[in-house]
Amino acid sequence: MTSPAPSIVPAPVPKPNALFEYLQRLGDDRLILGHRLSEWCGHAPILEEDIALANVALDLLGQATVFLRMAGEVDGQGRNEDALAYFREAVEFRNCQLVELPNGDFGFTIARQFLFDVYDVVLLDALTKSTNGELAGVAAKSLKEARYHVRHSGEWMLKLGDGTDESHRRVQTALDELWRFTSEFFAADEIDAELGASGVAPDLAALKPQWESLVREVLDRATLTTPIDVPRLPRARGGRSGAHTEHLGHLLAEMQIVARSHPGAAW
Amino acid sequence: MIRALDAVTRDEVLAVLDTVMDPEVPVLSVRELGIVRDVLVDDRDGVTVVVTPTYSGCPAIVEIERDILTALASAGFENAKVRTTYSPAWTSDWIPESARAKLKAYGIAPPGRAAEGGGLVQLGRARTLPQCPYCDSRETEVRSQFGSTACKSVCWCRHCGQPFEEFKAI
Repeated sequence: MTSPAPSIVPAPVPKPNALFEYLQRLGDDRLILGHRLSEWCGHAPILEEDIALANVALDLLGQATVFLRMAGEVDGQGRNEDALAYFREAVEFRNCQLVELPNGDFGFTIARQFLFDVYDVVLLDALTKSTNGELAGVAAKSLKEARYHVRHSGEWMLKLGDGTDESHRRVQTALDELWRFTSEFFAADEIDAELGASGVAPDLAALKPQWESLVREVLDRATLTTPIDVPRLPRARGGRSGAHTEHLGHLLAEMQIVARSHPGAAW
Repeated sequence: MIRALDAVTRDEVLAVLDTVMDPEVPVLSVRELGIVRDVLVDDRDGVTVVVTPTYSGCPAIVEIERDILTALASAGFENAKVRTTYSPAWTSDWIPESARAKLKAYGIAPPGRAAEGGGLVQLGRARTLPQCPYCDSRETEVRSQFGSTACKSVCWCRHCGQPFEEFKAI
């Protein structure tokens, strides 16, 4: 008998569970953006806006709780939504990079929110037709909330864009800076392909024209220039597979420190 | 196995739930708000109350679950459970007319009909303005769609000068 030659082929990396990955993407976008918005609490320009941003943050955190709970159940490793939120490292987060960017000024926060909110209503609307009944149900509920969010951020885009020279300049600058991050919304990969084949997830490429036309319609009304095809800066990529900007680590340090310093604490 | 619902016990549970008030809107019971979706009674699992949150992030849902269990325990259902469902999504249309009158008397304008359909992004579209719960005027304005809780908006009556909240249609 000849003993088999030692294998030089590395052990295959286990294929990620597509639904687990996808639910983390949905959950992490909401968790991270919700955390960013919560940083405005007590700092917004007017009281009503302080309350509004906190309300939107609360909706997003609530949705994140549901999606991450579902992710933990699919994963089957005994991790609940808190374990996923507080005990994963930055490379394990699946949010797009846009939501982790620092808040900047109010115009930047609103522009970021508007671009995300339009993406969110388009995506959630498509997800209500998912073949995964639980996902479709949660999407339907989230969509009702997201429609309020986009009304809020969209009306602010009109006010800021068609407001003073200064507000116009600031929100246009924000749009120009943020635009390259929107490429991640519709960058489909093998996870989307696998779930798309079974009708669980929508075809992202098919959603892009709808998003673009809704965004453009509001920006036109707001006298803002839609910064399409400005190849000054490289387009963002990799957030869905754990590649993030330097900003996510700082955000997580603040968000996770209490849970990590006092594991299992309750009140 | 789930046997046919014991009509008497289910009614007893529902009667208890009629006494559990929403912590944020204490004039409405959790049943009137439409938070209670079902009551299941079976030999093995006992009493299970199925609830749905008004909003995904509603922080009151934890307290509501606790209040339901406390009320049921003191009525003799010590081992009752609460299960959360998200589908079908809660809608303000589930609030009955009788409860809407209680909201108004409490100073909260009742919700209009939840509009479904239409474009995904609707800005600045004229909508029916809330009626002031104090003077019944329609000369009102919505100051912010986001109020002291997720389910309420902040309004102002131009007729009597009174600020008030409106239960959001969703």
